[in-house]
Amino acid sequence: MVSLKAHGTGIRLENIEKRYGSIYALKQVSLEIASGECVALAGRNGSGKTTLLRIAAGLVKPTSGRVELLDAQGAHGPRNGTRAAAGFVGHATMLYEELTAEENLRLFARLLAVPDANIRIARLLREVGLEERRGSQVRTFSRGMRQRLAIARALLREPGLLLLDEPATGLDPSGTQWLAGQLRGLRDAGCTIVMSLHGESALSELAGRAVRLERGKVAADTREGADLSAILAFSDAR
Amino acid sequence: MNLLANTSALLGKELRTEFRSRELLTTTIVFVLLVVVLFSFTFDPSATESRRFGPGLLWLAFLFAASLMLQSCFLREQNNDTLGALRLAVADPFAIFLAKLSANTLFLFLTELLMIPVFTVLYNVPLLAVLPQLALVLFLGSFGLAVTGTALSAVSAQARMRELMLPLLLLPLLTPLLIASTEATAALFDVKPALRWDWVAILAAFDVVFLTAVWLFGEYLLEE
Repeated sequence: MVSLKAHGTGIRLENIEKRYGSIYALKQVSLEIASGECVALAGRNGSGKTTLLRIAAGLVKPTSGRVELLDAQGAHGPRNGTRAAAGFVGHATMLYEELTAEENLRLFARLLAVPDANIRIARLLREVGLEERRGSQVRTFSRGMRQRLAIARALLREPGLLLLDEPATGLDPSGTQWLAGQLRGLRDAGCTIVMSLHGESALSELAGRAVRLERGKVAADTREGADLSAILAFSDAR
Repeated sequence: MNLLANTSALLGKELRTEFRSRELLTTTIVFVLLVVVLFSFTFDPSATESRRFGPGLLWLAFLFAASLMLQSCFLREQNNDTLGALRLAVADPFAIFLAKLSANTLFLFLTELLMIPVFTVLYNVPLLAVLPQLALVLFLGSFGLAVTGTALSAVSAQARMRELMLPLLLLPLLTPLLIASTEATAALFDVKPALRWDWVAILAAFDVVFLTAVWLFGEYLLEE
């Protein structure tokens, strides 16, 4: 199980709007996600899940609205603060194909100034099941292996906030089970998790809250078990 | 300190990926070599003509090769959204530019140095005596090409018609650099070669101005 210090970081999104020309990707989205919460984002393709996650990560600047991190002392720092606190797994793997698995992790560990990087990288490679392929270039990896490495990259600095955009992409059922086990460990250790999902799976069982986006707006937000399942099932049905 | 550490890590990545893929360096060297060789075969210039037209020919070849090379500079960071990963990881986005422009300068400078003996043989212009001065002009010119091209490559990578966008933005902007580097090189190609410090100063000023602009506005160029 991936090790993590218990130091979850919550996030507050206030009146977030994102416009591309005349098209609204997000309209007046406000969400407050408490430290240690595990939230599933559901919704059809184009509903704004990816945009919301990229704004939360600090990768995309909202047209208007505020992003703040939350801890026990209250809110602090938008953009750079989010970037510094969040681990992000996107649609793309965010890995260099010409570099080996170990070189990819080493590069990002250096950029993030991860303490005891060698030990951390060795442990992560073992935990994501890529220890034997540590010296292989990423371009020789299957989609599932790349996804595992992408998750290891996101966990390099023990983030307090983990943002995952359809993290089970490319994983087979056993891979999805493995990921669910990893995320369960992180959630139990206090890490805040926000993940976009398509339908119910081993991952959706981890969520204690589900938010459904529809045409860039929050259409439903619940912590109730039955409603939560309904929201995730709704996403699957479309 | 953090900026330098990040830049050195990213420069190492640039060199390692290029060493493995050999995309940029091979393309650039072959392109410049073709231009220099074809021009020589087509016009068969005398030594006097070579001294007169050679500098312009060389710098035009370097300029077009650079625009070809710089095209993929940020484009290949978009394939797997690695640029996003870098933006999340570095505290100062200038480190991304600094690493890329250092690598691009190095690749261009290396190409230019390799072309000097080829040019000397094909165009019958002995350059060994002025090699250090020529290297200075080539370096300042390469740096100017790289700093401007790297910044514009970040812009064009996010635009439609990106293949056309970079040369369209880059070539007019580089006119002062092209004039200064050609004039400085022409003075070194002369029968009585001399290093023209006025043109060298213009080259250095161009480099400093554009490096400062990238330092100030680089972060905005990387935004989605």
